[in-house]
Amino acid sequence: MDKLKLVLVGNGMAGVRTLEELRKIAPDMYDITVFGAEPHPNYNRIMLSPVLAGEMSIQDIILNDLGWYKDNGINLITSRKIVKINRKARKVFAEDGSEAEYDRLLLATGSNPFILPVPGKDLPGVIAYRDIADTDAMIEAARQYKHAVVVGAGLLGLEAANGLILRGMSVTVVHLGEWIMERQLDRTAANMMQKALEARGMQFRLAAHTAELVQGESGRVCALKLKSGETLPADLVVMAAGIRPNTALAESAGIHCNRGIVVNDTMQTFDPRIYAVGECANHRGIAYGLVAPLFEQAKVAANHLAMYGIGRYQGSVTSTKLKVTGIDVFSAGDFSGGEGTEDIVLSDPSAGVYKRVVVKDDRIIGAVAYGDTADGSWYFQMLKDGQNIADIRDHLLFGKSHLGDAGHKGQNQAASLPDTAEICGCNGVCKGTIVKAIKENGLFTLDDVRKHTKASSSCGSCTGLVEQIIASTVGGAYTPADSNNKAVCGCTEHSHGEVRKAIREQHLIDIPSVMRTLDWKTPNGCASCRPALNYYLISTWPHEAKDDAQSRFINERAHANIQKDGTYSVVPRMLGGLTTPDELRAIADAADKFKVPTVKVTGGQRIDLLGVKKDDLPRIWADLSKAGMVSGHAYGKSIRTVKTCVGAEHCRFGTQRSMDMGVKLEKMLFGMYSPHKVKLAVSGCPRNCAEAGIKDVGVIGVDSGYELYVAGNGGIKTEVAQFFCKVKTDEEVMEYSAAFLQLYREEGYYLERTVHYVQRVGLEYVKSKVVEDAANRKALAERLIYALQDYKDPWFERSTLAEQGTLRAAYEDITV
Amino acid sequence: MSDWKKICALTDIPQLGSRVVKSEEHGDIAIFRTSEDEIFAVHDKCPHKQGPLSQGIVHGRQVTCPLHSWKINLDSGEAQAPDAGCTKSFAAKLENGEVWLSI
Ligand code: SRM
Ligand SMILES: Cc1cc2nc3c(=O)[nH]c(=O)nc-3n(C[C@H](O)[C@H](O)[C@H](O)COP(=O)(O)OP(=O)(O)OC[C@H]3O[C@@H](n4cnc5c(N)ncnc54)[C@H](O)[C@@H]3O)c2cc1C
Ligand code: SF4
Ligand code: FES
Repeated sequence: MDKLKLVLVGNGMAGVRTLEELRKIAPDMYDITVFGAEPHPNYNRIMLSPVLAGEMSIQDIILNDLGWYKDNGINLITSRKIVKINRKARKVFAEDGSEAEYDRLLLATGSNPFILPVPGKDLPGVIAYRDIADTDAMIEAARQYKHAVVVGAGLLGLEAANGLILRGMSVTVVHLGEWIMERQLDRTAANMMQKALEARGMQFRLAAHTAELVQGESGRVCALKLKSGETLPADLVVMAAGIRPNTALAESAGIHCNRGIVVNDTMQTFDPRIYAVGECANHRGIAYGLVAPLFEQAKVAANHLAMYGIGRYQGSVTSTKLKVTGIDVFSAGDFSGGEGTEDIVLSDPSAGVYKRVVVKDDRIIGAVAYGDTADGSWYFQMLKDGQNIADIRDHLLFGKSHLGDAGHKGQNQAASLPDTAEICGCNGVCKGTIVKAIKENGLFTLDDVRKHTKASSSCGSCTGLVEQIIASTVGGAYTPADSNNKAVCGCTEHSHGEVRKAIREQHLIDIPSVMRTLDWKTPNGCASCRPALNYYLISTWPHEAKDDAQSRFINERAHANIQKDGTYSVVPRMLGGLTTPDELRAIADAADKFKVPTVKVTGGQRIDLLGVKKDDLPRIWADLSKAGMVSGHAYGKSIRTVKTCVGAEHCRFGTQRSMDMGVKLEKMLFGMYSPHKVKLAVSGCPRNCAEAGIKDVGVIGVDSGYELYVAGNGGIKTEVAQFFCKVKTDEEVMEYSAAFLQLYREEGYYLERTVHYVQRVGLEYVKSKVVEDAANRKALAERLIYALQDYKDPWFERSTLAEQGTLRAAYEDITV
Repeated sequence: MSDWKKICALTDIPQLGSRVVKSEEHGDIAIFRTSEDEIFAVHDKCPHKQGPLSQGIVHGRQVTCPLHSWKINLDSGEAQAPDAGCTKSFAAKLENGEVWLSI
């Protein structure tokens, strides 16, 4: 069968990105021809600013070189502008009369700079700032001439002005608005930024109207006249007063346009064979002028070109950063104020710091930061997620230090870190390596950077910092992933929430049917989605969905922790940290018998036997089982430990019997799998020797009963547990804990710990389901108990199976 | 010279799972069975830091290493880009429900 023909008009960022996405999912569906008006392969337009500033070369910013087109069998025709589309004959025609047929046509013609309609606008020396040719013209002008005027103090204008100053010109920026970047910044931030730019030699004329451009003796422009009568010398005039979607071609073909080629949520124009993406497209009334939305559009367009028919583009929230080295400004969302909005402002002009967060109904709708933009990506993330910020309002402006990684808290901005700074402690990745990878490979997303550099791909604590580095390297092109709607992994378009919902509502009980129902793109998923699906199935349909061992990470499959050398560790459960001489003897005997190289007391109040060979596992478990010990699940996304202090049983301060309470809780939760691991602690009094303040559920005994705390975390980023409620009896402690954990089990996303789950849904919500609604609390607790009933100790099961020889495939090797 | 050795029955390897074959000469070899009942064999050492690939999660014709999640192509032993590295692969075949390995 002949392949379908796809023609792309516009060899720019949005169009080629669509081809890249298409190549990932349907590499062989189309014969592809690309027409580009420019003589270059696809390059990173946003990096023209660093090129102008002399920080990068054109070669550095090529995203897809000619080899890429060739390797992918794409026919690239450069320097060829398409001037006509015949929709009936399904052909496009170029200026030189050449033509191409299409089955599907993708328009990605970008936009045209808006040129002020003033006398002299066509003079030599008057240019826009859009492509490589313009950039070359500016660099050339800076070599020969002295005076430049930039019209427009938006992002583009300021980056142009900055570059020209660095190349030695004297530059004045003429701006119609009352303050610079008025679409992105409020007046205060703009004034601070203007001062900083003036300190670098940039001059401004604000609220200034350009009247005409004056021709000099050489024929070239020599000055710009303002309506006020002032004349500014100008050997170069750069028009950066806005852009207009480039719709000429589409309009000439009768495709519906209205400030952009009008597209629906699948990026399809009014002609079903024709799609449009990028700055030329108008989606729900908006033509975006930043690359982040274009990438989302590209993904959706590719999905439909590949005939998957499931992607939907629903618009983007954008943020911007100015790519002027040394000047930090961040802006996102709407901060024009208006009814029902509140401002939270931090202003410290002498330190050069200004932050403003605009809040409506307890959600961030806009944010501006100048000077200290470290938290820009955090604000933006909350804005996109629509996160309720009522609980964190007080410290919103002081920053999240989302950054993590000891030592990098807040004050150090990513941009000012030296290239040698270690960003990712797990994988030893320095800032320079990340920046280089971003620039050389044209990376824009956290995922891309993780893949290429491994930075933040292990424990994730440096994610915030890596995000900042991306943001400061690629400017507004960076969009943090939308954490609520992020696809589970590359195998699907669906988010965790959608997957959970489908499993529940459509009563799906095995992985193949989830994948079929939700159109998984890969035959059997990957190491990210399969464990998630397996958990969702068994937690939603206990006793009904069958656990799939092959979809579990090795630790959970083998019921022991894999070590760096391929051996395993064995941690028997010690309820509440209590043990007996008999248990200790059995552990000691096992350690001797199986020549365990290391015996260690863990941070979870029990004993770890490290370095056990895999085929010894069933036998060591058999010995431990005989002494009455069971698996400690130290390897699972499951209940781990319930730490206790000595409590009222022995301690002179103890108010409650914490050991007993802890043992009861740990028994109740035995065998509980969860989105991530779960740890509890019970302290006998507020001195809190069991460290209940950093546990998923913390119980603190007081004279009148117990205080319950939830959603603490002692790991990568320490988070103090939040006060949940006070209860009187042991039974209540069990019921409230069970209900809270069951809610998390039912609603949490895989690998989301309680702290992140509660951050996402809000503590108030959790309280409304558990504390305030007694009937629901009981029902939740009952569902947990039901799910756990009849749970068999996996070690005992496996050691007996091993005796019968049926487990050989899982634990024994074959010798040849 | 390599020659074909009978290893085990297909059913001794779980679908989307693996077994380790211990060989004096070649060290540990991991044999994988895909969901389509294809059989592949590679050296049981990840090109990254020698992780035991046999313990990874199998998907499509790939295995994700249990230690740091590199993805290794089972047919070639190559790591999936952008990671780079290769582990030795061995010829394996299925005949009448028996798994054979050429070593
Ligand atoms: C054995 C132990 C260290 C020790 O010798 O004390 C340990 C060992 C490991 N921890 Fe831990 N953690 C141990 C207590 C802790 C504690 C302290 C505690 O439980 O009170 C914490 C902080 C408390 C918390 O979790 O909130 C802790 C926070 C982590 C984290 C970070 C979790 C987070 O959400 O931030 C990880 C990584 C993860 O789970 O993704 C981790 C992961 C690991 C893993 C399982 C890494 C892995 O995936 O292979 C380590 C296995 C080592 C090995 O080679 O076997 N370990 N780990 C402790 C076992 C306790 C037990 O008896 O079960
Ligand atoms: C200097 C500069 C700095 C920027 N900085 C940022 C930033 O920091 N962050 C950010 O998010 N965005 C930035 N942008 C904007 C970003 O570059 C654009 O949003 C993005 O390039 C738009 O992609 P596109 O594919 O829609 O258009 P383009 O990349 O412009 O591609 C359109 C292509 O189509 C070609 N074309 C048009 N008509 C035809 C035709 N009829 N036939 C053949 N070819 C045709 C054009 O020549 C062009 O090559 C910047 C832009 C510039 C100019
Ligand atoms: S035991 Fe925990 S802290 Fe120690 S190296 Fe392993 S993961 Fe890191
Ligand atoms: S050893 Fe395999 S990924 Fe590191």
